[in-house]
Amino acid sequence: MTDIKNIQKYTRKDFVSDQEVKWCAGCGDYSILSAVQNALPELETEKEKFVFVSGIGCSSRFPYYVDTFGFHGIHGRAAAIASGVKSANPRLNVWIMSGDGDSMAIGGNHFIHVLRRNMNVNYVLFNNQIYGLTKGQYSPTTPLGQVTKTSPYGTIEHPFKPGELAMGAEGTFYARGTDNNPKQMKEIFIEANKHQGTSLVEILQNCVIFNNNTHHEITDKTTRDDNQIYLKAGEKMIFGKEKNKGLVLDGLKLKVVTIGEDGYTLDDILVHDPSMEDPTMAFLLARMSLPEYPVAVGVLRAVVAPVYDQLMESQIEEVKSISKIKNMTDLMNSGHTFVL
Amino acid sequence: MATNNNVIERERLVIKFAGDSGDGMQLTGTQFTDTSALLGNDLATFPDFPSEIRAPQGTIAGVSGYQVHIGHANIYTSGDKADVLVALNPAALAYNLKHCKPGATIIVDRDAFTEKAFKKAKIDSNPLEDGTLEHYNVIAPPVTTQCREVLRDSGVDSKTIDKTRNQFIAGILFYLFNRDPQLGIDFLAKKFAKKPKLVELNTLILKAGYTYAENVEAIHSTYLINPNIEKKGKFRNITGNQATAWGLMAASEKSGLNFFLGSYPITPATDILMELAKHKELGVKTFQAEDEIAGINSAIGASYAGLMAATSTSGPGLSLKSEAVGLAFITELPLVIVNVMRGGPSTGLPTKTEQTDLMQALWGRNGEAPIPIIAASSPADCFNYAFMAEKIAIEHMTPVILLTDSYLGNGSGLWKIPNMEDLPTITPRFAKANEPYEPYARDPETLARTWAKPGTPGAEHRVGGLEKSDVHGAVSHDPINHEKMTALRKEKVMRIANSYPAQEVFGKEEADLLVVSWGSSKGAAYSAFKNLEEEGKSVAFTNFNFIFPLPKETPDIFKRYKEIVVCELNDGQFVKYLRGEYPEFNYLQVNKMQAQPFMVSELTEKFNEILEAK
Repeated sequence: MTDIKNIQKYTRKDFVSDQEVKWCAGCGDYSILSAVQNALPELETEKEKFVFVSGIGCSSRFPYYVDTFGFHGIHGRAAAIASGVKSANPRLNVWIMSGDGDSMAIGGNHFIHVLRRNMNVNYVLFNNQIYGLTKGQYSPTTPLGQVTKTSPYGTIEHPFKPGELAMGAEGTFYARGTDNNPKQMKEIFIEANKHQGTSLVEILQNCVIFNNNTHHEITDKTTRDDNQIYLKAGEKMIFGKEKNKGLVLDGLKLKVVTIGEDGYTLDDILVHDPSMEDPTMAFLLARMSLPEYPVAVGVLRAVVAPVYDQLMESQIEEVKSISKIKNMTDLMNSGHTFVL
Repeated sequence: MATNNNVIERERLVIKFAGDSGDGMQLTGTQFTDTSALLGNDLATFPDFPSEIRAPQGTIAGVSGYQVHIGHANIYTSGDKADVLVALNPAALAYNLKHCKPGATIIVDRDAFTEKAFKKAKIDSNPLEDGTLEHYNVIAPPVTTQCREVLRDSGVDSKTIDKTRNQFIAGILFYLFNRDPQLGIDFLAKKFAKKPKLVELNTLILKAGYTYAENVEAIHSTYLINPNIEKKGKFRNITGNQATAWGLMAASEKSGLNFFLGSYPITPATDILMELAKHKELGVKTFQAEDEIAGINSAIGASYAGLMAATSTSGPGLSLKSEAVGLAFITELPLVIVNVMRGGPSTGLPTKTEQTDLMQALWGRNGEAPIPIIAASSPADCFNYAFMAEKIAIEHMTPVILLTDSYLGNGSGLWKIPNMEDLPTITPRFAKANEPYEPYARDPETLARTWAKPGTPGAEHRVGGLEKSDVHGAVSHDPINHEKMTALRKEKVMRIANSYPAQEVFGKEEADLLVVSWGSSKGAAYSAFKNLEEEGKSVAFTNFNFIFPLPKETPDIFKRYKEIVVCELNDGQFVKYLRGEYPEFNYLQVNKMQAQPFMVSELTEKFNEILEAK
């Protein structure tokens, strides 16, 4: 374990690199960068132990802007590269920075497998529902029917919800935040970092140029109280400007009710428990979308489960302790040999 | 041991074992091989199996084979045609007869030659009776009957008994080769140490086979292969895939770096992943990735984190990895990509051999991305070249492609166990803590950049697939910088040739013909060259293991010979490459695209034709 006392105190500035940030003015990525840079000093980790790994896309330029170790990979492969980094040295603090094209399309396979293995990394998924760097083609998260440069008559593809995919892979941590709520993002990043295993954080991010206001209904300050529900462990699932709406279970579905109406009281409202091993409730919460439901933000799921990189190390240590073979000379001279 | 017959001493001899996949031919072959090694013979082996796990029994498609070439002489290939064929069913006989020498000894189970079996093998009549084997020396005991007789009171069912048939044949072979059957029994005892009943049954059958051979009159003469006298020291029989895995592990120990392999199962390279997965006691980290792409990318991540990293694959897998090879190249991270080549294109012939990915290894990337390429030449030297590949990768900060193939990977030969102290040093250059660090500052001699592992305070830096500015490593779209970086990366790789050992040339200093091979065609090409040399022909031979960059003395060697012939198991990839590199020479070529190794006889014939045409 790291000796916390010996770690110097960092500030946001320690994590700002000398590279000029080249995102478009007004891009949601700026606030995510800022929230990460604000969270890092609070993670009680030496600066040189952070590694930011990315794929390709606007969001994947992220590592250049953080003054830590960084690896800008190739399209879709950040999770695979990060898996190598983390397996190689489990004492590193590894962050994957990726977008909806990078993670849901070309890197979809690595996305589900890093979750399945439960590699101890933080995975930030910037979801702006569009290909930005290639200038405006629809992505696997673009809503059905949306007109984009490659869907001039509207898309005919059903979109992924990253959270649903994560539950399908039985990911052990899933949180959602929005790019216009820096305080909440920072809280979520700190929670994600605490979790042992793959911590997936989806940020609803605005692409000001090619998909402006795509999350507007969810994130706009005038409507968000009614359209978002901020889930907190141990608290009732309540939302709304008047804090009078809540979620109840109705058969196999969630249902929005108003407290004090139709016979529903506060006692009927569900209490959020992200630690349930069964991912079904987290799946229902991740699925919720407007207009029937509010969109869930906060930590939807955080369960304790075995961690790949830790298992890999302990297996090696165990075999080392019982094996008579201590080096190559032992190995090469073991078993069937012949003296000629 | 046999004393009642003519004993014929042979310099070398080829035995082929063939039967259904479940007949235990690989086991019997290994038993024969290990015994040969114990008795001091030099040897090479090559298994030959279908790509299906259990192809229909008794059919030609289902024939699984194992060939062993043993010698008092030095052995360089798994042998041409067989002197002895063991065929456990008619299909195995029908398929392999064309691979036997005239007059070869054929050992079959007479009981397996039934009408039903002929139908499955699609043959019209009984080859034991229709004259097919007239010119062969046939030993055809009723093996099944004999085994059932011997084990009648053993209490095991006939299915289990029939599985011991291969040991009856083994018994015959021990007699035929004047060997103590106890060696075979010892092998069984070791092999089935946890299954004493199996040892007991098989021992009884092996002895019965030996006794049968002593008593029947079918065996008129027996063979004796004296021990090899050139090979001295402690050896083991090793496959190319195992030697590759161990070479990588030896490089890990020598460099002081922990080893990470990111890989995805693919024939015929999977054995490397399986072998390395066993060796957690030496700290090997194996990551069985979700696909080929994750295999290499995880290895790149591990290399970035400061481990010695490799990925293993075969042709189609290398295609999938291409983009990531470019990433390792531009980030200038050490990485070994092992490609165990197989017949192509596409899925091609997964279990067969072909030197078919040279062009892919050389040029199969976007952009200017020259990468060192090394090719191993024998199962045993896979160890050295895997070791060398890591040494070059680590000391020159570059990905390296190591080419082996199915023939080397699955074949085996005697390998002299090295002393770790005798292996070259491997010296990684890491950034030091709290010292100024520039990612693309270079060592003046090798032009290698300095490796900075995460966890090193003060060495925080960013690398990636985008072009970077010289020295500082910021993202750069500057045209002049790009040209400079392209030239620097190439020059770095070209300078690797400064560290090569001298290119070995065998035979005459100047001659009518220089035989050239690369990688795994060395064994057959060298043996053919030796044949011609013994006949007093004006020949020389050189084999290339360092493919890119080529050894600097290559043109000085080529100019000493009137003709140059390049042999390779493809449509002429290396020769095309040589024509591009050294267009001043005229090259003849011998190519084979049957996804089978060269035979020494066919090369000898080709070289003779060239010499005679002059």
